[in-house]
Amino acid sequence: MTSYRPADAAEAVEIVAWAAAESQALEIVGGGSKRGLGRRVSLGHTLDVDALDGILDYEPSELVLTARAATPMHVIAARLDAERQMLSFEPPDWRGLLGKTGEPTLGGVLATNLAGPRRVRAGAARDHLLGFAAVNGRGEIWKAGGKVVKNVTGYDLCKLQSGAYGTLSVLTELSVRVLPRPEQECSVLLRGLSDEAAIVALADALNTPHEVSSAAHLPVVVAARSGVREVAAAGGGITVLRLEGPGPSVAYRAAALEAASHCNGQDRLRLDNDASAALWAEIGAVQPLLARLDSLVWRVCPTPSSAPSVLGAIRSACASADAYYDWGGGLLWISLDAGEAGADYGVSLMRGAVARAGGHATLLRAPEAARATLPVFQPEAGPLRALAARVKAGFDPRGVLNPGRMQEEF
Amino acid sequence: MLTMPVPDAAVLGRRPQIVAALRRIVPGEGVIDVEEERRVYESDGLTAYRTLPMVVVLPETVEQVRQVMRYCGEHGIKVVPRGAGTSLSGGALPLADGVLLGMGKFRRILEVDIPNRCAVVQPGVTNLAITHAVQDRGFYYAPDPSSQIACTIGGNVGENSGGVHCLKYGLTTNNVIGIEMVTIAGEVVRLGGKHFDAAGYDLLGVMVGSEGLLGVVTEVTVRLLPKPPGARALLVGFPSVVGAGECVAAIIGAGIIPGGMEMMDRLAVQAAEAFVHAGYPLQAEALLIIELDGCAAEIDHLVAAVEDIAGQHGATSCRVSQNEDERLRFWAGRKAAFPAVGRISPDYYCMDGTIPRRRLGDVLARMKQMEGQYNLRVANVFHAGDGNLHPLIMYDANIPGELERAEELGNDILRLCVEVGGVLTGEHGVGVEKRDLMGAMFDDTDLEQQQRLKCAFDPDSLLNPGKVFPQLCKCAELGRVHVRAGQTRFPELPRF
Repeated sequence: MTSYRPADAAEAVEIVAWAAAESQALEIVGGGSKRGLGRRVSLGHTLDVDALDGILDYEPSELVLTARAATPMHVIAARLDAERQMLSFEPPDWRGLLGKTGEPTLGGVLATNLAGPRRVRAGAARDHLLGFAAVNGRGEIWKAGGKVVKNVTGYDLCKLQSGAYGTLSVLTELSVRVLPRPEQECSVLLRGLSDEAAIVALADALNTPHEVSSAAHLPVVVAARSGVREVAAAGGGITVLRLEGPGPSVAYRAAALEAASHCNGQDRLRLDNDASAALWAEIGAVQPLLARLDSLVWRVCPTPSSAPSVLGAIRSACASADAYYDWGGGLLWISLDAGEAGADYGVSLMRGAVARAGGHATLLRAPEAARATLPVFQPEAGPLRALAARVKAGFDPRGVLNPGRMQEEF
Repeated sequence: MLTMPVPDAAVLGRRPQIVAALRRIVPGEGVIDVEEERRVYESDGLTAYRTLPMVVVLPETVEQVRQVMRYCGEHGIKVVPRGAGTSLSGGALPLADGVLLGMGKFRRILEVDIPNRCAVVQPGVTNLAITHAVQDRGFYYAPDPSSQIACTIGGNVGENSGGVHCLKYGLTTNNVIGIEMVTIAGEVVRLGGKHFDAAGYDLLGVMVGSEGLLGVVTEVTVRLLPKPPGARALLVGFPSVVGAGECVAAIIGAGIIPGGMEMMDRLAVQAAEAFVHAGYPLQAEALLIIELDGCAAEIDHLVAAVEDIAGQHGATSCRVSQNEDERLRFWAGRKAAFPAVGRISPDYYCMDGTIPRRRLGDVLARMKQMEGQYNLRVANVFHAGDGNLHPLIMYDANIPGELERAEELGNDILRLCVEVGGVLTGEHGVGVEKRDLMGAMFDDTDLEQQQRLKCAFDPDSLLNPGKVFPQLCKCAELGRVHVRAGQTRFPELPRF
């Protein structure tokens, strides 16, 4: 296996052009922190883009930052933080979950379309990519989008490139939308709700005009593992609602939310700024399910209101399932005992449960051998699958960019 | 003047058979054949361009759409999808040898799902009708293009429509979570749904803003938002547009994202004031309308902060709306700005570029020079928060050559937007209007890559050809792989 390490986009073009000419598959690697995501591929060569690094343009009042693809996220976060701005989709750090140590990069975050707990309000990574330059599978550098927040010129290829896991083009430069960081945050916690009652309470809270920016439910076993003292000591399931904004607004909305009918009378408490931030960082990083390093971890995105019934169906077949809810029920993190999950690592169980509710399920953590053979991502139905294959061929006709990372065929 | 693809004589020769075949799929009045009735559909919101469609089809069911698409796909007949026909860029301009597929009969709201904060609607439902269907329960659909009373959600999906609130609440793409569509092969495909994101490629994201070139949308699932409890607007006058621009940058720099932030120049202010008497300061060179929404505590906090910033940036007047009537009056002038300009000029042409806001001063100065050069006047209205300019070029179509001059000036303005780091269109779409300017923003490789995506959906280029791309897509040629064979393995590159 050879590793090619281009010094700039022009060298990346040369390498991909060679790979296309010789039909040599390339695994694209930035910081390496997400190599455990998606199907495991074992290709002839790696294209290591970590030298494509550095912020190119950042004007805070334009709300746009442009950087090379392998710019480390901590560099971007520090630069934004100095201007009291942020990437509002809250890219989570999954290194603990995936057992990786590399540096997460901007390109990696967009290529996998990650988003943290603020997803319910701020959208996913795909909603914040404004433009990019990339090398397609023919070895051509090309660009799409722009460097302004409002643009409908041509197809919105930013969406397509987000979450494509490097199978369409190698990102070299990205422009992302940034937003002001809220002055304050706090979380309202409700104690002791059942899963069903909790999901109703989360929906009710998200449906108030109080601008709840994150909404999660940690069942009792999961809550007990929190590093946030108030949550671990609660002695029951914890339903969490985050409020962010200017200080007076947060205080007003927290009180209004607590007075609303679905919270009123409930056993509740409040987390202030730091404790609230710490809890949401844990939730985003899937910290509550990291107690067992040998378990399988599934990430399920069901229709939010059906999340408890999806989990119920999974638990009835697999009693060891350990789980919590984020995104108001729209995200269900499930850890399964590998022995109990069976030979297919829970594939038929998860996909069956989610098929009834609507949504999709991804096998996020599993042994490498399993990720090499199983359908890690939800398979698509016939015509859609064929359409996706044609889209792939339009960008990478020789199949040299990360083949097999998303689906077995491409 | 713009040229459209030459009509296919063979298709025109088969017109009677095509009409008969379409009538077998869509019975009764759903197929419009008579010339006077087809005439109704000859243009959209870009009225300078007109073409009589070969035939108009108004299906009522997804199955009819599927069969029409399959028939057209199999017989090599072009299809132009149309919603309410309010496109300002000619996205729904018919083709003389094409079927105009009007989706206006799909006007049912299928489901309002409050627990999952979404609604499932048919594509012919108007943008505003979605809000009307959910407002009693305290919800609304956020994108609010100025044509929202007439434009349909299907058209909004096609154009990725925006509005005055999109800096804070996003464009259509950020508020549509699922669609059902029919491909030119007659396949029904569902993308997204009530859940977050989707497995596989984000083809939903690609469909939104694809201007009818990739498929026909037959159902849309939209995100609903709880209505903010309150809103107040500030009307702030400035002695210069540059000063107003600096104030906008300072507001955002202070961490405030207003629900809406609009700017009008002196000419637009005067035209609007004369029309609706909104109480605008007539001596101001630039006017900002800044709307802050949320709970009372937040609004009070932000109004004080914005007043402070405006004062520091040389505002000559500042009024805060004291009640809902006054807030709406502040907006009335802005919302009537286009017709107001229509009162002082026989015709006007509305442009739609976006620029990095820091270049506003230069761009307006250059635009002033161009006005002199072309001997035409321009009033400026724009979404200041996101740098989306709407220069309104005033002309008189009855004066020979004036329309052409207005179009040339418009093209120069858009080239200028690109030159300063902006884009050709912020929310109106490329359509036919800006088609031939695409080369100013994208090189051949960029455009070929976009067209290869088109080929994946529509290999024979039957859907809305002549729009968006300056050259017709030739999928067979684009599909060839040109590789530089026999190259070495780059010994000079570092390896590990």
